[in-house]
Amino acid sequence: MSYQATFRVWRGDATGGDLQTFTVEVNEGEVVLDVIHRLQATQAGDLAVRWNCKAGKCGSCSAEINGRPRLMCMTRMSTFTETETVTVTPMRTFPVIRDLVTDVSYNYDKAAQIPAFTPRPRDADGNHRMQQIDVERSQEFRKCIECYLCQNTCHVIRDHEENKAAFAGPRFLIRLAELDMHPLDVVDRKHAAQDEFGLGYCNITKCCSEVCPEGIHLTDNGIIPLKERVVDRKFDPITFLGAKIRRRPKD
Amino acid sequence: MELERHSYDVVVVGAGGAGLRAAIEAHEAGARTAVVCKSLLGKAHTVMAEGGIAAAMANLYPEDNWRVHFRDTMRGGKMLNHWRMAQLHAQEAPDRVRELEDWGALFDRTADGLISQRDFGGHRYARLAHVGDRTGLELIRTLQQRTVALGIDVYMECTVTRLLTGPDGITGAFGYWRESGRFVAWQAPSVVLATGGIGKSYKVTSNSWEYTGDGHSLALQAGATLVNMEFVQFHPTGMVWPPSVRGILVTESVRGDGGILKNSAGNRFMFDYIPDFFRKETAETEAEADRWYDDKKNNRRPPELLPRDEVARAINSEVKAGRGTPHGGVFLDIASRRSAEYIRKRLPSMYHQFKELAEVDITAEPMEVGPTCHYVMGGVEVDPDTEAARVPGLFAAGEVAGGMHGSNRLGGNSLSDLLVFGRRAGAAAAAHASGRPRADLPDEALADAGRAALAPFEREGGENPYTVQHDLQQTMHDLVGIIRTRGEMEQALERIAALKERVANLSVEGHRQYNPGWHLALDLPHMLLVSECIARAALEREESRGGHTRDDFPATDAEWAKTNLICSRAPDGSVELRRQPLPQMPAELAEIFEEASA
Repeated sequence: MSYQATFRVWRGDATGGDLQTFTVEVNEGEVVLDVIHRLQATQAGDLAVRWNCKAGKCGSCSAEINGRPRLMCMTRMSTFTETETVTVTPMRTFPVIRDLVTDVSYNYDKAAQIPAFTPRPRDADGNHRMQQIDVERSQEFRKCIECYLCQNTCHVIRDHEENKAAFAGPRFLIRLAELDMHPLDVVDRKHAAQDEFGLGYCNITKCCSEVCPEGIHLTDNGIIPLKERVVDRKFDPITFLGAKIRRRPKD
Repeated sequence: MELERHSYDVVVVGAGGAGLRAAIEAHEAGARTAVVCKSLLGKAHTVMAEGGIAAAMANLYPEDNWRVHFRDTMRGGKMLNHWRMAQLHAQEAPDRVRELEDWGALFDRTADGLISQRDFGGHRYARLAHVGDRTGLELIRTLQQRTVALGIDVYMECTVTRLLTGPDGITGAFGYWRESGRFVAWQAPSVVLATGGIGKSYKVTSNSWEYTGDGHSLALQAGATLVNMEFVQFHPTGMVWPPSVRGILVTESVRGDGGILKNSAGNRFMFDYIPDFFRKETAETEAEADRWYDDKKNNRRPPELLPRDEVARAINSEVKAGRGTPHGGVFLDIASRRSAEYIRKRLPSMYHQFKELAEVDITAEPMEVGPTCHYVMGGVEVDPDTEAARVPGLFAAGEVAGGMHGSNRLGGNSLSDLLVFGRRAGAAAAAHASGRPRADLPDEALADAGRAALAPFEREGGENPYTVQHDLQQTMHDLVGIIRTRGEMEQALERIAALKERVANLSVEGHRQYNPGWHLALDLPHMLLVSECIARAALEREESRGGHTRDDFPATDAEWAKTNLICSRAPDGSVELRRQPLPQMPAELAEIFEEASA
């Protein structure tokens, strides 16, 4: 049942680092995170890694495994052959702190910039009423576990540090879509989506949907509909005229 | 010593449901508030909660109200709950759920467009507000987004190692940034502990690495008391196979939505384990149990939905009697009882979890499950209305607080507990801080905390913290687990004493920057202190009740029914244990139990 696997794990910090090779025991049913934990416990006590739930629910243990963005806790060792070398590196889009841990503060900064949820008033009896079919669209996006694998994969910011200021990334575009489709929310964020969060940068290559461990259809169900609504708004003749009139410079 | 200093009215330790709810309330009361948490914001263990939030909203059953919820909660806890906490909890939970909607939460709906509610163990009516089987994620994300919208300061990946006290109580807290290893001190007249539980001291657990009992230990060391630490909940259904996922939670919603338990002979064994205490409200035949899902008026609850302590003990007995599955669990079957579409819709994350981790399709075959350490009912002894501990300025809410759940917690009552008492703790912490000067933190206390934190780097050739943690987990699993006896617990205490000596001699490799070995070395003393409290209290309570089962004292005892066990810290650092009478329930509440049994 057990075998010795070859693991290459990136170790280092902001100043640099390299892949370190380990030979490590693997048992039946294990996932990559189990093996990383075994390295910590037996060979590299200070190997830095984030994790929490170990069940694909918290989105902490994101990394690149053989070059593919994945959750370490949901990547079974049985997907590799026993002789295959498994290479684990930190997410590339974010600055390394140490080993497999990256500085994901970009995501928290973007989250803080999004205009907050603002509900309509409750019904007279103190309840909100919504139909299941109406909540389901936003519920899909609320499944997001914030693993940031979509952010890591998105070519707009992967290897393009300069775009980070103007682009919030797929995670926060679907957050905007979620709020836009939320039955109770009354704020219009369509202009902001385009002007402040860089919706136009996305050219819908769907890489984000491909790596999402929750199977959220970020592009098809979130980003594309949001783009359509922005376009509708922008080119609707009445809205267009209204915007023009409002924007006239004060003199 | 290099030290970053901050000053607040209220510092909340922990960013799960209770911590964030406390911070929101303190902030809205006008207190300058900070949240300090060991993980990134949004990753706290609350995220793992699956089933739902128990609240008598009566959206599906108009007969439901706070009195029924109160009664279910007290009976589930075998009447050892602090009556006042159980009352406040049942009364306030519906409002706490509704306000989450004002902050963006999207619960599943009833046909009328109200919040849908699902069945769970020990609850008379379908009562759990839920989102599929990922309710905890919805709760944490909603509170996280509210916290961010309010602009509350959050110290992420930052661990508190000490509470600082002066003659008038709390003065602040000391900790380190996990990322850099640098020290931080917060000056604050109020500290709210919302650190969760202790499960990481056990080998098979549903809990994450964060659950090292920090809050319990910090409170004890600051002079507060812990109540009823012997009560540890083993959730009946954790995964058992493959070994690397052993202990991961399988939500009670599987049973709430129709799943049943079977042994290797195919028998629905829970019918053999109905205790007298619950006989009147439990179905006697499979036919009655199956009718209950649609007709609760004329039928009684299936025995699979007895409180968790009963179900966990039953599974344990079946496996011990040789009627377990090949991997040492029992079968949890929903595949033969509900359509594949229904299962995928109601239990999407369970479907995903078994598919990905165990290669089991739960719409086609049964799951293998067994008990897993899940929750500690014991915790910081608090005033029910304010969550104030016995040190001025110290508050505790959520799993780290004790009393609310008695000897056993009902499923769904945890998320509501977080909200109800998180809010109350936040309000009381803000009130305590209001107008109170922030005391200076003495240099000597800060330097001492810094020295203690760095000690594992000073020692060479000492033991590896991972080995010590492993040995502690094995000890607690083997000797202070689901079934307990005097001899084993005495042995556990001896081993814990030996482990304490080993912890004092740990050494860690590397440097202070994001070093998990060092972080564990600093968590271990908390784990040992809390484990000692559990073992000492479990040894003392010579009866079986809820999450404490003594093989040598298998019955409940009338005298112990009126007794709480209180842990405190003696001047020499050891754990002191004393008996304290259970608070007396007022007559108008006691009547609720007479009405029901009549």
